Amino acid sequence: MIAPHFPVLQVVLPLLAAPIMVLLRSGRVAWVLATVVSWAALGIALSLLAQVADGSVVSYAIGSWPPPWGIEYRIDRVNAFLLVLVSLIASVVVVYSRASVAAEVPREQHYLFYTMYALCLAGLLGIAATGDGFNLFVFLEISSLSSYVLIALGRDRRALMASYQYLIMGTIGATFIVIGVGLLYLMTGTLNLADMASRLPQVTETRSVLAALAFLTVGISLKLALFPLHLWLPNAYAYAPSAVTAFLAATATKVSVYVLLRFYYSVFGESRVFSALPMGEILLVLSLGAMFIASTVAVFQHDLKRMFAYSSVAQIGYITLGVSLDSATGLTAGIVHLFNHALTKGALFLLLGSFALRLGAVKFENIGGIARVMPVTSFGIVLGGLSLIGIPGTVGFVSKWYLVLAAFDRGAWWLALLIVLSSLLALIYVWRFVEAAYFREPDETVAKLKEAPAEMLVPAWLMVGACIYFGLDTGLTVGGASQAAAELLRSGR
Amino acid sequence: MKDYLVLRVIAKLMIAFMLLFALYVQFHGDFGPGGGFQAGVISAAAIIFYAIIYGLPAARAVVPDWLVETMVGAGVLLYAGVGVVGLLLGGNYLDYFVLGHDPVHGQHRGIFWVEMGVLITVAGVMLKIFYLFAGRAEGGER
Amino acid sequence: MTIAGHFSYWITIFIAIAGLYIVIARGNLVKKLVGLSIFQTSVYLLYIAPGKLIGGTAPIIAQQFQLYSNPLPHVLILTAIVVGVATLALGLALVVRIKEAYGSIEEDEILEQDESLSSEPR
Repeated sequence: MIAPHFPVLQVVLPLLAAPIMVLLRSGRVAWVLATVVSWAALGIALSLLAQVADGSVVSYAIGSWPPPWGIEYRIDRVNAFLLVLVSLIASVVVVYSRASVAAEVPREQHYLFYTMYALCLAGLLGIAATGDGFNLFVFLEISSLSSYVLIALGRDRRALMASYQYLIMGTIGATFIVIGVGLLYLMTGTLNLADMASRLPQVTETRSVLAALAFLTVGISLKLALFPLHLWLPNAYAYAPSAVTAFLAATATKVSVYVLLRFYYSVFGESRVFSALPMGEILLVLSLGAMFIASTVAVFQHDLKRMFAYSSVAQIGYITLGVSLDSATGLTAGIVHLFNHALTKGALFLLLGSFALRLGAVKFENIGGIARVMPVTSFGIVLGGLSLIGIPGTVGFVSKWYLVLAAFDRGAWWLALLIVLSSLLALIYVWRFVEAAYFREPDETVAKLKEAPAEMLVPAWLMVGACIYFGLDTGLTVGGASQAAAELLRSGR
Repeated sequence: MKDYLVLRVIAKLMIAFMLLFALYVQFHGDFGPGGGFQAGVISAAAIIFYAIIYGLPAARAVVPDWLVETMVGAGVLLYAGVGVVGLLLGGNYLDYFVLGHDPVHGQHRGIFWVEMGVLITVAGVMLKIFYLFAGRAEGGER
Repeated sequence: MTIAGHFSYWITIFIAIAGLYIVIARGNLVKKLVGLSIFQTSVYLLYIAPGKLIGGTAPIIAQQFQLYSNPLPHVLILTAIVVGVATLALGLALVVRIKEAYGSIEEDEILEQDESLSSEPR
């Protein structure tokens, strides 16, 4: 009898956990609660994915007000896939976070940390689950505000400035999104996204709808850190606590990509965005810019977290590149890379957290020869790095393979060449780590370090293992992504 | 401002009416403009007014920190709890129709408790923000 | 409709641009937040103004009224205002912490301090 309520419980469970954590004021209880709701969310998400696997749509009316009047939660194959991704990352990171947070956040703030974590999770799951334009904005702000707080908890004082800059950029982005939704509401008289899509054809030629598309594109691009709107991302990821970096890098930008896909394909419709307007070309150029410029900047970083943060900007470029190709294969590649990159970056940032636990700041000059004393962590980073480059056998190869296929589908062999070339840049920055960690003599401080505790290594290696597993067995990821792509392409017709 | 007799007397007179007005706005929200958010802000304003005239320690004695933090959590929990009660009584989440014997009655009851949750949280958050900023200025670097 | 007939939109656009300009042009962290709040305020107007029908009353059903204004934008904007308040409070809290950590709330001075910090050999 509880199964029909899964769409709302998905969001409400973490949302309920947050005030309980505030009332109980205990860091340990809060962690247990956060773990329980994250795993429960994962269970619910998997069951929802199973429900919609046959292509059906689960609709849930909040307060029993039928859509389009009430707020509707609408789960199809696209967002069920995303719900699984977000809750999966959350349940891995939360296990890891106990030791990491204990080292990086003052003790009296622990319960507040997990409160913010639960709110951020609720917000991200809410964005994915909701079928209402304004509700989407509210959840976006819930997740954003809590992530600003989480970033500001970093040890370095630069975390404060990073959080402030993210707050300014993020709020401008969210306000652009709400202006876009507002213009669509003025033109169609509805906030329900599905209803909006069915009414939009009557007003599609108006300038207001074009303006709405422009505002939504810019706003969401700010949120997903599309080059050149990525300026908030490197500092925010570099100075946030390790667990937060891993969680946000793996989920926040990915959820924003979903919002972009939802508006482009399900609301405006593919033909209106890509055929009538040069959106595909614009996205293509920006994606290539991200892939090359952000990767090049990454090569010259001193701080490993910053380096992988720039690499995130580049990898987001691959996702939007897949979207810009405007074909079933391209979209599949984009969605697969969304999933695969979340796994890879999640693993990498979790492992960097182990270094941070032992070393404080993770700079290239401090980690010379660290592979001798922390071999498990170092080898994990190498495997994650191989996945970033796209070596066969890792998830990175799978998504790049589909990207190259999509490029050839369009007859754009030069694009395939560029994808391979940009991967070489990833090779350079991953090699920098290998060189520092394996081929240098450890200095005194490094020689005294111990391997990270098992409760941090096990979650991190689970992610690394997933990077390898899904690189060999592509049935679940590519299958899910191609179904989601088909659903998106169908929904805009 | 503790030494100004006029301010102290007027403040004491006004605070009672401010709190009363907050309750009016809260309970009249069913029939006219008003509701939990406005009422929460007004009641927090009454306490903040008290703190400005009588000093922050006096206000902290009336509404202590632990109470404020509890209010922040309890209000949200009350709101979300109403939704869960709707679930348990066989409706959807936040379904007010099932809360009473007839749907109209149920709607009244649901709105009442939800607005109560909003009042508690908003008043708590406003006071928390004020306490934190005012407390920093007092014990801060200057 | 004439240009004057769209006056509410002109005001909306003016407020939005003014707010964004402050965010971009000012280096003072508090002034940036002020600009951000002004920018958000333009959205309130964008939603609220079209909801008003001239001659319409509050949407409480009564015998003597036939014309009602749309209440939904007000509800949405109440939510947006709460979001705006939360953003502003969080932003100001960050500025307080930044002031305590750096001793300044001017963006260029703070960045200068960070630059000199990172260029030192360690």
